[in-house]
Amino acid sequence: MPDSQMVKRCMEASKRIRRDIIDMTFNTGNTGAHLGGSLSMVELLACLYSGTLRFKAGEPDWEYRDRVILSKGHAALALYPALAEAGIIPRSELSSFKKDGSRIAGHPSLNGLPGIEFASGSLGQGLSQGVGTALALKRKENKESRVIVFLGDGECDEGSVWEAAASASHYNLDNLIAVVDMNAIQYDGYTTQVMNMAPMESKWQSFGWNVTVIDGHNVEEILDAYSAAADRPQVILAKTVKGKGVSFMENNWKYHNASITGKQYEQIIAELEQDND
Amino acid sequence: MIEFNRRNIRTWSLLGPSGANGAASLELAQTNPDVVFLTADLCFFSGLERVKNAFPDKLYNVGIAEQNLIGVAAGLAKEGFIPIANTYASFCSSRCADQVRVNMSYMKLPIKLIGLTAGYGAGILGATHISIEDISVMRALPNIVVISPADCSEAIKAITACASTPDPTYIRLTGPVNTPIVYKEDYEFEIGRSVKLMSGKDVCIIACGSMVYHSIKAAELLSKDGISCSVINMHTVKPLDTEAVIEANNQHDLIVTAEEHSIKGGLFSEVAEFLSQQGLHKPILPIGIRDRFVPAGSYDYQMRESGLTSENIRMQILTKLKV
Repeated sequence: MPDSQMVKRCMEASKRIRRDIIDMTFNTGNTGAHLGGSLSMVELLACLYSGTLRFKAGEPDWEYRDRVILSKGHAALALYPALAEAGIIPRSELSSFKKDGSRIAGHPSLNGLPGIEFASGSLGQGLSQGVGTALALKRKENKESRVIVFLGDGECDEGSVWEAAASASHYNLDNLIAVVDMNAIQYDGYTTQVMNMAPMESKWQSFGWNVTVIDGHNVEEILDAYSAAADRPQVILAKTVKGKGVSFMENNWKYHNASITGKQYEQIIAELEQDND
Repeated sequence: MIEFNRRNIRTWSLLGPSGANGAASLELAQTNPDVVFLTADLCFFSGLERVKNAFPDKLYNVGIAEQNLIGVAAGLAKEGFIPIANTYASFCSSRCADQVRVNMSYMKLPIKLIGLTAGYGAGILGATHISIEDISVMRALPNIVVISPADCSEAIKAITACASTPDPTYIRLTGPVNTPIVYKEDYEFEIGRSVKLMSGKDVCIIACGSMVYHSIKAAELLSKDGISCSVINMHTVKPLDTEAVIEANNQHDLIVTAEEHSIKGGLFSEVAEFLSQQGLHKPILPIGIRDRFVPAGSYDYQMRESGLTSENIRMQILTKLKV
């Protein structure tokens, strides 16, 4: 069981991150942002950045930090507030989301923003980068750091994910954790209809991974899964709700990438504040 | 230290570009603790078995998975290692082009990518294994240095040199086994600085890769026709040695480019694009592959089919000059 202080901290961070996601999206005006798959990842990111992550806020290149790779780069909208929660980037920077010349663009890039290990945006690349990073940590005999790669379930359509999955197991990378945000919806609709990759559990198992299935919005379950040790690469299949926390966005594929009207904004804030009570 | 003596140079030529790659890799494995090697099931073909035998922990064979090859190299590069990844040139620039684009070009990670059998080196296997557009692809990607060594010695120099730079680098290895020797003895190699191998006054042939040798031979033939040729080894296609190109343009009546590559997007394009921007270009004669796949066949057959011979270079130049 995770300690109650940490659980509380992660739950509170989740609320703030969710609110930040809405504010940042609203600030983009008609441009919009990747709401659905960012809202589904809030607890997964909060439990890392306000929970189990090894890092030093003022020392982003600290050798013994955990390496976090957001392979589903479009969830940058959730990542930036999580980084701000951890003090890795200043909160004030969140207001620059998607603005011209901003360090916090629609996808993370290596532009000097602390806490970003790799640029992402082109799906299916992060797990290979994670394998290379995990191998490098082994070469350096760094036994403290772990590599955590966040993938989308739609992203798992990419064949390169499975090239990487096979190699992680081949190299016995017990310092590598993949977290799949199983929100069950991709750009064009339900994953079962667009490209059905089920059963994911046995797929990862057959690739030699240790598989844990959790409720991706349950902070205790997430923290437990993050703290588990394994003698092989681990994948956490986190069952989540796309658009989690906003009633009309939940399980609605139209909010994969969308903007928010003024009226919707008021409704969302009311919903989020109700949840806070 | 690797020695560039006549005996070694002959041996490398006999082994061909992959053998040279193996020699350079072994040298780096012995001398640079940060260098690691990756291959996609081409350990033996690439010459890396020498590294595998001597330093098994420095070689990652990711299997037939080129996308993963580059992604894994990226992870190693990000953590401070110098990964040298090997696969067929045709796969480097197409199969894993997006991984190259994101990790090498966009993120500028110092991955060193070796394109084996560039041009017609594996042409017997058909168009899937010939690589006539890799320069075009790599050259269009920001931040990637593109090198096409003239012979096996230069391949060794380029591979060892690139390990000491922070730049993402693509090295295409052309030429058959029994690679013609351009450099019979040691010389100064510097990435980005071309080498003038012959000085003449009428024509300047700017060549890269295997075509450097054929250009020298063509220049020798042309001297008997009364045409005086310069030959420049433009081993680094990008960034282009612009000073040398301007000088070549100023001092000759005709510029010729020669490459074992398509004339669409390769060395010809690099030179022509540069000179046209300067507003001072004269006619440029491109010797290269004319936008087509030749039938599968031996290296010599495909080179002849594509006009990549010293005799054809001579004929093309004579025709152009209306001699």
